[in-house]
Amino acid sequence: MTTDTPNDITIKANDFAVQLETLATQAKELAIETSATMGGHEASFFLNGLTVFILACFVGYYVVWRVTPALHSPLMGVTNAISSVIIVGALVAAGPMDMSFSKFMGFLAVILASINIFGGFIVTKRMLHMFSKKKA
Amino acid sequence: METLSTLAYLVSSICFILALRGLSGPDTAQRGVTYGIAGMAIAIITTLFMVESWGLIILGVLIGGTIGTVIAKKIEMTALPQLVAAFHSLVGLAAVFVAASAFYNPEAFSIGFENDIHTSSLVELSLGLAIGAITFTGSIIAFGKLQGIVSGKPVTYPSQHAINAGLGGVIIFLIVMLCATQSPFFFWALVLFSLLIGVLIIIPIGGADMPVIVSMLNSYSGWAAAGIGFTLQNNLLIITGALVGSSGAILSYIMCKAMNRSFISVILGGLGGETAGAAHDYGDRQAKIGSAEDAAFIMKNASKVIIVPGYGMAVAQAQHVVKELADTLKKEGVEVSYAIHPVAGRMPGHMNVLLAEANVPYDDVHELEDINRDFAQADVAYVIGANDITNPAAKNDTTSPIYGMPILDVERAKTVLFVKRSMGSGYAGIENPLFYADNTYMLLDDAKKMTENIVKALD
Repeated sequence: MTTDTPNDITIKANDFAVQLETLATQAKELAIETSATMGGHEASFFLNGLTVFILACFVGYYVVWRVTPALHSPLMGVTNAISSVIIVGALVAAGPMDMSFSKFMGFLAVILASINIFGGFIVTKRMLHMFSKKKA
Repeated sequence: METLSTLAYLVSSICFILALRGLSGPDTAQRGVTYGIAGMAIAIITTLFMVESWGLIILGVLIGGTIGTVIAKKIEMTALPQLVAAFHSLVGLAAVFVAASAFYNPEAFSIGFENDIHTSSLVELSLGLAIGAITFTGSIIAFGKLQGIVSGKPVTYPSQHAINAGLGGVIIFLIVMLCATQSPFFFWALVLFSLLIGVLIIIPIGGADMPVIVSMLNSYSGWAAAGIGFTLQNNLLIITGALVGSSGAILSYIMCKAMNRSFISVILGGLGGETAGAAHDYGDRQAKIGSAEDAAFIMKNASKVIIVPGYGMAVAQAQHVVKELADTLKKEGVEVSYAIHPVAGRMPGHMNVLLAEANVPYDDVHELEDINRDFAQADVAYVIGANDITNPAAKNDTTSPIYGMPILDVERAKTVLFVKRSMGSGYAGIENPLFYADNTYMLLDDAKKMTENIVKALD
């Protein structure tokens, strides 16, 4: 093995650097390509969402079985009220600056969801108040 | 900002789980609702920080909030099932509106651009849309039936199931076409057909099956919210939708089990229209008709009375006078308790709420499996506005359409006092042999009037 002069080493290192740069560009291009064909973020959100969804179903299953039958009506009241969390979508829909058909739809959805939120929680409170007042 | 909002949504989701958890007992239930309200407030405030303009939003919340508050404060507790059905319809319609908004302005939801929405988002959107639309019209029909606007009798017509199945196929076809073409035509066609099938799947279902239907629609409204959650890529909506969806599904299951019917048979509907079961001839057997004075005398001399309320008590708004009767009897030293069948009334827990409204102590009210053994030791079973849930045919008549349904064993009590408007059969159109039993006295009058008269006779 011949001894490399410091000069040779510098040249070799430069070569490596150039090669690495090409590789990096290729990898980047590949990544963009894959994400385009796979739907990238889309696909990964779906799996994430599905995981969350299934786990939440299990949580719901165990929590709801513990609800005492006497309180099944208030349970419907509460679930009805919290299903109006769809208002989050309605707010986004009604949120843009400029008036459009889409914004108007959002406005209507905000009204409907609000009826449900206020109505649902108030009526549940009324029901539960009846259950609690004669505990004494 | 996105991290912050995601965390806030997580807190909100946890609040909702705690809200349901609180309902495991009456002591923690109020706190549960407070969690629910907090969760909703967090969700709304967080979202508000992410939108550009608040003008219409504030207006919408004010309008909706006022309407909701007024309705919820004014509603009679007896009208609760209708109210819940009506509320479900609103969630469904809101899902349709949000889906329409996302379809016409996908950029605002970051799911793509007009005419170039990501396919996966479009699939989720159309599912949320279809379920929302079905929930909307289905709940409207359920509301109509409970309110008495639409006939409570099942509406059946030839090849009903084939038509429904065909429409289901059309809906799937429309979803595929919508995803392939992104054309507004298919969007609105999907809305239209989903609305239609919502009507058609609820009209064949009889009034007695309403507890299942109300629970099922509750479940649907959750699935619709979850569908929209997938579209918006929002975990809060997905979690909440799943909670509500599984809650409704469990309630439907409990209700079905309490009627010994499969979910499928309820959905296919039809029970209650035709004169079901083998026709029994009770012609030579006379029912004993009693008066309020007879009833008062029997109850006064009893040591243990069990009250069995049903839908008739709700209709007659008799819960307060029933409580008065119980109080009067208790003063005479009679032991009084209440027996609740899971499907008594028109929604899960309906009777419990009415009795609670009348200030009946929580500990006096018992579920079927807790009290059924006590009937054998009871002197009087006072059946008020309930019929099918006490029908012994469910136990010993294999030809009866309700055979196998768990019932309250009222016939084991020494005397059965059966309050009923007339000698007609119950909601399901099934003869009740209990009417002709030797230990039964029929008290033929309005539930409220009869109970009032008994209270008067006791004084």
